[in-house]
Amino acid sequence: MKDWRYWLAEQRGTLLALGIFIAMFAIYTSNHPAGFTANVVQTAANKGVLLAFVAMAQTLVVITAGIDLSVGMIFLLTNCLASWLVVGTPIQTTLGVIAVLAVGLLCGAINGAIVIYGRLQPIVATIATGAVYYGIGLLLRPFPGGSVNETLADALTGRVFDVVPASLVALLAIVLVIWVPFSRSVLGRAAYAAGSSETAAYMSGVPIRRGKFAAYALAGLLAAIGGLFLTFFTYTGDAAYASGNAYTLFSIAAVVLGGVSLFGGKGSAIGAIFGALAFRTIGDLLFVFDFDPLWQPLFQGVILLVAVSLGAFALFRVRNRLEWFL
Amino acid sequence: MDGAVPLLRMEGISKRYGGVRALEKADLSVSAGSIHAILGENGAGKSTLIKVMAGVVAPDEGRMMLDGREVTFASPGAANKAGIVCIFQELSLVPELSVADNIVISDPPKRFGMIDRKAQRRIAEEALARAGAADIHPLALVKDLPLSRRQMVEIAKALARKPRILILDEATSALTAADVSKIFAVLKRLRSEGLALLYISHRMNEIAELADQCTVFRNGRNVASYPAGSKSDNEVVELMIGREYSHIFPPKPAAAPATAAPVLEARKLSWADRLHDISLTVRAGEVVGLGGLDGQGQRELLLAFFGVLRGLSGQILIDGKPVAIASPAAAREDSIGMALIPEDRKTEGLMLPMTVRENLSFAALDRLSKAGVIDRAAEQRLIDDMVGLLAIKTAGLDIPVGALSGGNQQKVVIAKWLMRQPRIILLNDPTRGIDVGTKQELYLLMRKLADAGAAILFYSTDYDELIGCCDRVLVLYDGAVKRELIGAEITERALIASALNIHGEESPVSQGADA
Repeated sequence: MKDWRYWLAEQRGTLLALGIFIAMFAIYTSNHPAGFTANVVQTAANKGVLLAFVAMAQTLVVITAGIDLSVGMIFLLTNCLASWLVVGTPIQTTLGVIAVLAVGLLCGAINGAIVIYGRLQPIVATIATGAVYYGIGLLLRPFPGGSVNETLADALTGRVFDVVPASLVALLAIVLVIWVPFSRSVLGRAAYAAGSSETAAYMSGVPIRRGKFAAYALAGLLAAIGGLFLTFFTYTGDAAYASGNAYTLFSIAAVVLGGVSLFGGKGSAIGAIFGALAFRTIGDLLFVFDFDPLWQPLFQGVILLVAVSLGAFALFRVRNRLEWFL
Repeated sequence: MDGAVPLLRMEGISKRYGGVRALEKADLSVSAGSIHAILGENGAGKSTLIKVMAGVVAPDEGRMMLDGREVTFASPGAANKAGIVCIFQELSLVPELSVADNIVISDPPKRFGMIDRKAQRRIAEEALARAGAADIHPLALVKDLPLSRRQMVEIAKALARKPRILILDEATSALTAADVSKIFAVLKRLRSEGLALLYISHRMNEIAELADQCTVFRNGRNVASYPAGSKSDNEVVELMIGREYSHIFPPKPAAAPATAAPVLEARKLSWADRLHDISLTVRAGEVVGLGGLDGQGQRELLLAFFGVLRGLSGQILIDGKPVAIASPAAAREDSIGMALIPEDRKTEGLMLPMTVRENLSFAALDRLSKAGVIDRAAEQRLIDDMVGLLAIKTAGLDIPVGALSGGNQQKVVIAKWLMRQPRIILLNDPTRGIDVGTKQELYLLMRKLADAGAAILFYSTDYDELIGCCDRVLVLYDGAVKRELIGAEITERALIASALNIHGEESPVSQGADA
């Protein structure tokens, strides 16, 4: 086989998510009264990137064969924190942004430490820490409120050269600064190896613990970037419990749509980003076709089921039935 | 040995697992520029020895000297750094990563802090070429490769680490003949480059071709070291024999019930590349053993009978009638009446956090319930019977089964199946890791069940058990029945010789006589 075929096989999940997204977005814009205009794209992008950041965060943990049920809550906590700190002079604002990101990183690092060194199952550990993070967010903002540096907020949610949505540029930058180096570093590879076969990775002398720890910590950071952008869009901080839970669950859906295996070791954050954008477009589609918004959860569920079923075909090839349960 | 300082020297290495001693003051010297073969039967301590050498397990006592300096390895990574690289029987490849990713996994080439993919590709291609496997594409995912190719990747991965001591543990068992000859050429070249190679294999012809020096292990000790070719196959078998008989076995019936009709029969059973044309019969009242080295298809054979494997070819007959067994649930139906005592009780036999009571009644729930409701009184009666019959020692029926000792856990697994009164009982190495007292009870039970009319197929890695318990033993090698031993023919010598696929003095019995 030629090199490109292997590349194609490796990127299959990502390309599938890209395909689903393009198809849905094309249907959406062609039926939108305004059509494919900068405005429509900007609105869609601003809605999509929030879930995209949280889905990227989820991807990092899922690659290690774990799951992070606290990403939505870190997203809320950092939103509440940003509504206090990301204000004032440019210097104050900069320090505020750094503080918010540092808190996200810390939350992720705490998750990682508990899972890796405390040997707790990721699902239990992150339900608990998620509740703690939400609790802190609620103390910070018992009621929606606060503000944000509007110059910065408008710059990052507007358009670059009047065409490209600034939020998409920011997303691209984050991919280049965080995801690409991680996935190509030794730690990133250790995270993949640990997710695929922890025993084999251990036997090969791979730094499993550091790789997993980095994945959890960076997941916290990415969720915090999402929280920052939420503040830029809404100009307020709001510890909305339902919204945090929805982001957590949607991030898992986006990850699966994006071809990331929940069993670990396989998939990329790029796929998860397209998964997130596609998932968001489902709601918009219902809007342009004048469906009652009540249908939205049902439709999102059906699309998710169909996408996930595509991945289950491999089970038909198994010859030793015990492998079903591995 | 030769006068030079050995590259690696192990002295007085001991290792215990619970009450079982795996190594007892074992010594070994390995010289640079030689191929050293390690021989021994199942459980002789070979695997533990190399695990100690490769930093996977820490020895309880003893010391290791590399270049005359004492060393200890805290992890496989530390051993690798010291130049000791092991190719394990259980593959150490990460399935979802590519071949190239796997080859450089321990120490990937870096550029600006990131993995340099071009350099990685180059290293992988070189290593694959050195291993004589240039046909494997470095970008292929390991999980997509067949077992023999994976084994070649494993060897390439070891070579990429530039080892000084390379350990091959049954490294050729999954390879095709063409690959084996390539690997041999590679190994001989490495020897001339001054590496020390440790070669563990049960293929005597391979050892004869490759090795310079041989060491035989028995009962966790090295019992003999000699230059390769200075002893005949029979002398080698002689060295491997000699375990103390420590168990008491129930008397066997005077004559095997040869006239009884077979209850379980296989005709030319094949599956994937693990089982080849296996034919066998088990009659009512008979205990038939499965022998041979570990991993020769015994486990797969039992799973095939129990309806776990898909894509079987050949026939399974129950009471002389062909049947298709589609699942374990079908195998346990009354018309078949089969039970399998699995090898790993912790994952396949028990639900550890659930209670003794629940675990006991799992397999018989359909018999104990009416319209989906469990008859608690009937359940209690049956459970009491079983706890009495097997003398299960437990503080109560409502404690988690995980709190019981290993031997009692295994009794629960067996009792669970006996509650269905199976006619055919398959046992997959049931005494592994349990104490001697419980073992004796199980031997007695097995004979009692056979006397009551059950057909028993019993796989054991412990030759004593096969000798002491079985009316007949079928020795498997490479997924096929190599030899059938009946009655007095079941001796340690015959078992070892046929497990290694060499013929002892006794004339080989024609195989598959019952088919």
